[in-house]
Amino acid sequence: MALLGRRMSKLRWAGALTLLLVLALLSLFIGAVPVTLHDLLTDPQGQQLLLVSRLPRTLAAILAGGALAVSGQIMQILARNRFVEPMTAGAGQSAALGILIAALFFPATAIWAKMGIAACTTLIGSAGLLVLIRSLPLTQPLLVPLVALVYGGVIGAFTTFFAYQGDMMQFLGAWMTGELSGVLQGRYELLWVGAGAAALTWFIADRITVLSLGENAARGLGLNVGAVTAAGLVAVSLTTAMVVVTLGAIPFVGLVVPNIVARRMGDNLRQALPVAAWSGAVLVLAGDMLGRVMRAPFEIPVASLVGVAGAGVFLVLLYSEPRHD
Amino acid sequence: MTRRLWILTGLLVALSLVYVLAGAGPAWEFLLPFRATKLAAMLLVGLCLSVATVLFQTITANRILTPSVMGFDALYMLVLTIMVQLLGSSGYAGLPTALIFAINVSLMTLLGLGLFTLLQKGARGDMMRLVLTGIIFGVLLRSVTEFIQRMIDPAEFQMVQSISFARFTSVEPALLAFAALVSLPTVWLAWRMRARLDVLGLGQVPATGLGARPKQGQAVALILICILVAAATALVGPMSGMGGGPASFFGLIVTALAHVITPTERHAVLIPSAALMGCIILVGGQTIMERLLALSTPLSVVIELVGGLLFLALLLKRKRA
Repeated sequence: MALLGRRMSKLRWAGALTLLLVLALLSLFIGAVPVTLHDLLTDPQGQQLLLVSRLPRTLAAILAGGALAVSGQIMQILARNRFVEPMTAGAGQSAALGILIAALFFPATAIWAKMGIAACTTLIGSAGLLVLIRSLPLTQPLLVPLVALVYGGVIGAFTTFFAYQGDMMQFLGAWMTGELSGVLQGRYELLWVGAGAAALTWFIADRITVLSLGENAARGLGLNVGAVTAAGLVAVSLTTAMVVVTLGAIPFVGLVVPNIVARRMGDNLRQALPVAAWSGAVLVLAGDMLGRVMRAPFEIPVASLVGVAGAGVFLVLLYSEPRHD
Repeated sequence: MTRRLWILTGLLVALSLVYVLAGAGPAWEFLLPFRATKLAAMLLVGLCLSVATVLFQTITANRILTPSVMGFDALYMLVLTIMVQLLGSSGYAGLPTALIFAINVSLMTLLGLGLFTLLQKGARGDMMRLVLTGIIFGVLLRSVTEFIQRMIDPAEFQMVQSISFARFTSVEPALLAFAALVSLPTVWLAWRMRARLDVLGLGQVPATGLGARPKQGQAVALILICILVAAATALVGPMSGMGGGPASFFGLIVTALAHVITPTERHAVLIPSAALMGCIILVGGQTIMERLLALSTPLSVVIELVGGLLFLALLLKRKRA
């Protein structure tokens, strides 16, 4: 029986990966300039386009989607709440603040240093949220996302204030709308770092799963709670910062995907994380493709599409939870 | 209590004078009408939003909700975007100011009523869920708006962007007159309800016991709230800072301060106190930002920042108590 189950799941994984591959292949051929298989084989310009623009864009969508979903799942365990996600709960806004600080005060530094600054502010911002959430009573589950949303809003307003003073509103706006149209070879590679950080959490997945039992139970089982929390926090911050730096804010992927995955397969992260990563990748890739097709030759940012769908799903989730007084 | 109201009035008058006269210099003949229009707009917006928030908090029996938190500003942007999408930017700009204002106010009043009724029904008294739904609804509306904006021709999109900022700098006198014409009678109606609001504030059961017919009173108050917020928003644009947080906390700051300065449940005191407070924050804040600090940031961004912190503080304090 167990063997059969494993074979089934292998079969399922094969199907899932095939679907992702098919989507990725389709994504290579969608765009303002049509590229056919024939061009690819004969036309050097077509090959160039594919290598410089289409392939990076497709990879960026897959990496960002997967990483966002994974970091959302980790964040939800760290915050002990299903309605929290890094993008709207301060991490995304802190990353924007970091980029702004780097652009205003250290305009000459290398891009790597700027990314480092963004990662640091994101870490501080997410840690601040966790501290805030710890002081909330456990009996009020819906209070947590509320505090998280407003916390994100306050950091966002702080960022906007500095952007205005430095005359950087347009700069900030361009950074913050999550879209993939600017992705080219050489301008998305940082996402590998973010995806790598998300992937590394798989190795401590069991420990994070134990953490989801609650701090006391986890400590009783011999878990180094502080270290695991810190590791999870670093992974979430690094991932969020890298995605915001390269693509902008893509909301709701980190919220909706982990919720649906956890509903179907519980919190056993070693099993759930790959599924979440796959779902996030498919969601963002499909969203980006839809955005390119809907109003060609103009593009609709993936963040708008995901925002509409994600907010709808959020409301459904909110009302399918039991009532809290 | 009344002495405190007089002090607030005095403060507001002084601030208004400073705002209009400070540093006017030799060009005062040109400056005064310009500044007076801005001042009038601020006073009107402060009045409308403050009164609306007091009413909203009374009928929802809470101190941390405001109409803006529940997605009203996002609704305005959606209506605006749809109108530009349907008419084209030149068609929209060609409409008479009065017509645009009338369409804006009536559409927003209708939609706002629908939204609030839906939210009240759906959340069934679960406050946290109600607030969360409102905020996420705002996000949803904003996303839909952004989505439609991307479907609009990029050139037309510029137009939407230019009219979607809360701005006291470019208030048309005609628009100001229409807004006053709509909102002042509404404020007067709210003022006439003050005794009834006191009873409604006691809660559903006691209010029914006192013969107040709370359902009907709530419905009337909701209509007044929608008209007031719609008029203020149609005049100066949404108050929530663009790209900032999910909500605007102006009303929250106003009512929280009003409760501190005039600690009472009586609307005969609360309404004027909140209205004065709202005007003082807007006029005083604008004076400080413009004249003293020479900052370029709009006041709404600062209000968002301070209001968000206040909101968190109120939430945490409530839960500890």
